[in-house]
Amino acid sequence: MSGTETAIVVDEIPVPFKPGQTILEAALEAGVYIPHLCAHPEFAPHGSCKLCTVIVNGRNASACTLKAAAGQEIEVDTPDLHAYRRTLVQMLFVEGNHFCPGCEKSGNCQLQALAYDSEMMTPHFVEFYPHRPVDASHPDVLIDFNRCIQCELCVRASRDVDGKSIFALVGRGMASHIVVNSPSGKLGDTNFSVADKAAHVCPVGAILIKRVGYAVPIGERRYDLEAISEEASRCAGEEVR
Amino acid sequence: MSESAETPALPKVRIATTSLAGCFGCHMSFLDIDERILDLMKIAEFDRSPITDIKHCSPCDIALIEGGVCNAENAHVLREMRANAKILVAIGACAINGGLPAMRNRLDVGDILNEVYRDLDGVQSHVPNDPELPLLFDKVYPVNEVVRVDYFIPGCPPSADAIWKYLNDLILGRMPRLDHSLLHYD
Amino acid sequence: MSDTSEVVLQALERRRAEPTQLLQILREVQEELDWISPETTHSVAAGLGIPATQVESVVQFYSFLYEQPRGRYRILVSDNITDRMLGSLTLFEHMLKRLKLRRAEASADGAVSVDLTSCTGMCDQGPALLVNNRPVTRLTARRVDEICDLVRGDVPLAEWPADYFRVEDNIRRADALLGSRYEPGSGLRAAIALGRQGMLDEMKRSNLRGRGGAGFATAVKWESCRNAPGAERYIVCNADEGEPGTFKDRVLLTSFAERIFEGMAIAGFTVGAANGLLYLRGEYRYLLEPLEAKLESMRRDRRLGASICGAQGFDFDIEIHLGAGAYICGEESALIESLEGKPGKPRIRPPFPVTAGYLGKPTVVNNVETLVEATVVALQGGRIFAGHGTRHSAGTKILSVSGDCARPGIYEYPFGVRVEQVLKDCGAADVVAVQISGPSGICLTPDEFRRHIAFEDVPTAGAFMIFGKERDLFEVARNFTYFFAHESCGFCTPCRVGTTLMRDALDKIADGRGSRYEINELMRLAELLRRTSHCGLGQTAGNPVRDTWLKFRPAYERRLIRGDFDPAVDLDAALTRAREIAGRDDAGAHIGAEQ
Repeated sequence: MSGTETAIVVDEIPVPFKPGQTILEAALEAGVYIPHLCAHPEFAPHGSCKLCTVIVNGRNASACTLKAAAGQEIEVDTPDLHAYRRTLVQMLFVEGNHFCPGCEKSGNCQLQALAYDSEMMTPHFVEFYPHRPVDASHPDVLIDFNRCIQCELCVRASRDVDGKSIFALVGRGMASHIVVNSPSGKLGDTNFSVADKAAHVCPVGAILIKRVGYAVPIGERRYDLEAISEEASRCAGEEVR
Repeated sequence: MSESAETPALPKVRIATTSLAGCFGCHMSFLDIDERILDLMKIAEFDRSPITDIKHCSPCDIALIEGGVCNAENAHVLREMRANAKILVAIGACAINGGLPAMRNRLDVGDILNEVYRDLDGVQSHVPNDPELPLLFDKVYPVNEVVRVDYFIPGCPPSADAIWKYLNDLILGRMPRLDHSLLHYD
Repeated sequence: MSDTSEVVLQALERRRAEPTQLLQILREVQEELDWISPETTHSVAAGLGIPATQVESVVQFYSFLYEQPRGRYRILVSDNITDRMLGSLTLFEHMLKRLKLRRAEASADGAVSVDLTSCTGMCDQGPALLVNNRPVTRLTARRVDEICDLVRGDVPLAEWPADYFRVEDNIRRADALLGSRYEPGSGLRAAIALGRQGMLDEMKRSNLRGRGGAGFATAVKWESCRNAPGAERYIVCNADEGEPGTFKDRVLLTSFAERIFEGMAIAGFTVGAANGLLYLRGEYRYLLEPLEAKLESMRRDRRLGASICGAQGFDFDIEIHLGAGAYICGEESALIESLEGKPGKPRIRPPFPVTAGYLGKPTVVNNVETLVEATVVALQGGRIFAGHGTRHSAGTKILSVSGDCARPGIYEYPFGVRVEQVLKDCGAADVVAVQISGPSGICLTPDEFRRHIAFEDVPTAGAFMIFGKERDLFEVARNFTYFFAHESCGFCTPCRVGTTLMRDALDKIADGRGSRYEINELMRLAELLRRTSHCGLGQTAGNPVRDTWLKFRPAYERRLIRGDFDPAVDLDAALTRAREIAGRDDAGAHIGAEQ
């Protein structure tokens, strides 16, 4: 097979792809990291967070939704895109209540890891400080909506994998928010289980499994030890070997 | 800081620090630079700071602000620091997004005061009204919502190494940056 | 008050208990019960066999569906800038005061609520409002007082003066489309005579481009849909005319409905689709019955249904779906989501609707005006059609003219008309700006009035809002930015958060507390939204601010504070020499640091 037929070019590096793969999938497999939040290898592309915005042959596109195709020249690591990504992360920070020092997920949180990766020193914008009550009604799982970034991974996992449709995104614009499908609106009144896929896909600290939060101390966690971009490249390399 | 220590011609960098609605944790972390403070003192001196106990800020080069802005006094102090400092640095989670104190932001400040003072059994039945006491704001605000902020050092607290690196960069005129090992929000 | 479960059951039955009809069911139920109570939500969910949260997601998405009681009279005052220029906000405040109401809250007796809503498409006869989705035009203080009395007297809408609800066409200039005589069925017969391939060939020759604004070649769309694999195909007419300042589709739907439906049938004939859907914006709910009656009469005439005009195998019928207050549904993939009974959030594209549209089937989505033009192409042939207008913009364009002019209304011109010609014809004087194609379009100033309305120069979906010399273009941009923040669907981060951040920055400036910092932020956000948003709404949401900052900068500057900037010069040092010469050193001879 000739290289050009089945390869895209990402920041001047040839990246092979299989038919049907998105730009993000192909790049990650080749160890070329493109930041992303709402994308997950086990779920269909969603395209809402826009962190994976890249330039494909001069046009802006979401790497997680656009299929790779021969002839694509893709820019990922440009100063402009880097700044956009940081601004998008800042928007997600001020939209919710993200107090990392008080969050069990700190160090394992993808939003935080991407903020580190984009050298975010401040959320920058005026804080919205929304009022979002915590749901601790379930015996094994806590939901802290303050940290929700509306990636809808829990919605997708519960509907498509668990077959329970326990979560839904409702509302419009800034009023959009996740709700729980039970008469009381509480997780404790659903048949949600800690074994559900939806209990394990939250990229931030919104859905937390109880009683394990500090099993690994702060400072020794996943993204404390390694930047999210470096981890992605290393994992791809190990898979190839 | 040896490079600048060898250029005695430069006047000493004047640094002011304060803790607003914070826990002094960032100051403690600053002091964790340990013996490096001796190097610092060769090229820097302190203005208003808990370290000097100077009460009011005079013109200085760098102001380090810990904590968010929760009451009127915080705002006066912050404005004085801003007015006097060439470079104002928000240091720590509370200064940057309100931090732990800002978790009260979803509550009504009147409810909070009533809960704390008025509803005490027998002991006291009114919210204190002494003009000496600074009034609380409705919310705890990040420093950058009250004055213009030039730089931010996140962390709860930032490590001594992070503060040291950042201060070095500032004093030596480099764009301050923290690499992955020094950049933490927790 | 009707019994909730009975009303829900009837609506479910009418809509075959299909989840794709969820929005229509909720709309119909609310017409009877005035709001969607938790009880209604649960019985609809149970009746359709879907989670209650799915019902909630629809109710909370559409502005015209209410989760809280909003009264038996639900009044929404149109809040387009053209309404404001006619004094709508004063009337709105007056109405709240007279009825002793707070915005969007039902009165204590549960009778009435008053709120603002996005442009209702009555810009040429505003200020306007909707009461239970029926438009009242030409509001005056007196008319508002009368309405308050009617509401307080609990007078049923049917007994309100008919003149309140009079909506004029105001066709001021007619050309090839609006000015031509049309014999019912003639377009259909012409298409049948041409045959399916022949009709497509004429469409190609016509160079007809979509009239919704984007200007995509209609024949290419039709051909792609025809060639897409699949047995079933759909023709969708986009009558979700939500762009503030546009109202030409309202006129077409009022007085040219048969031609719209025939255009849809011709499209169906050409691409091999038997089903048509017309998506009517909720603001035009009052047109539903006349349109249904028109469909019924066309079915009787064999102009819809099986074997149209006697042509074997030409089967086509049309169903009307109503929107419920969501501008985003004008975006074709969001419109399809809404047709499927879901919140109108734009899909990931590709795939495009021509291959995977309504229910995943190949679907053509065309603007109302485009479909009417298809009947012109069928009758005249493509070559004659292409002979009008400009080389890249064939045919005519209908403009919705409003704002500061003597004769607002509908103007049809061959493409290529200069902006200044339109201004002259509608009697506009002392114009400082024209906003073309609505908030998402472009703001033109007098030095640009010789430009042409055409896809290759100034493209437009039809809105043409005129601003005279007294107008404050900062407030225009702020009104438009509020609109985008209100209408953002919330799907993608940049648009969801960014439109609100822009709105807040403009409020700060309006408040006299903004500085250059806010201006820089606004420009940065506008660029981010343009580059990273999921759909056209977010990509264009920064246009009004960017355009007006470039062209009406002093309107911003006079609101900005002087402070919060560092002078490049040391002002006190710059006085040193003068101090020496004058021999002064008093306080007045120094400039201190800014406090």
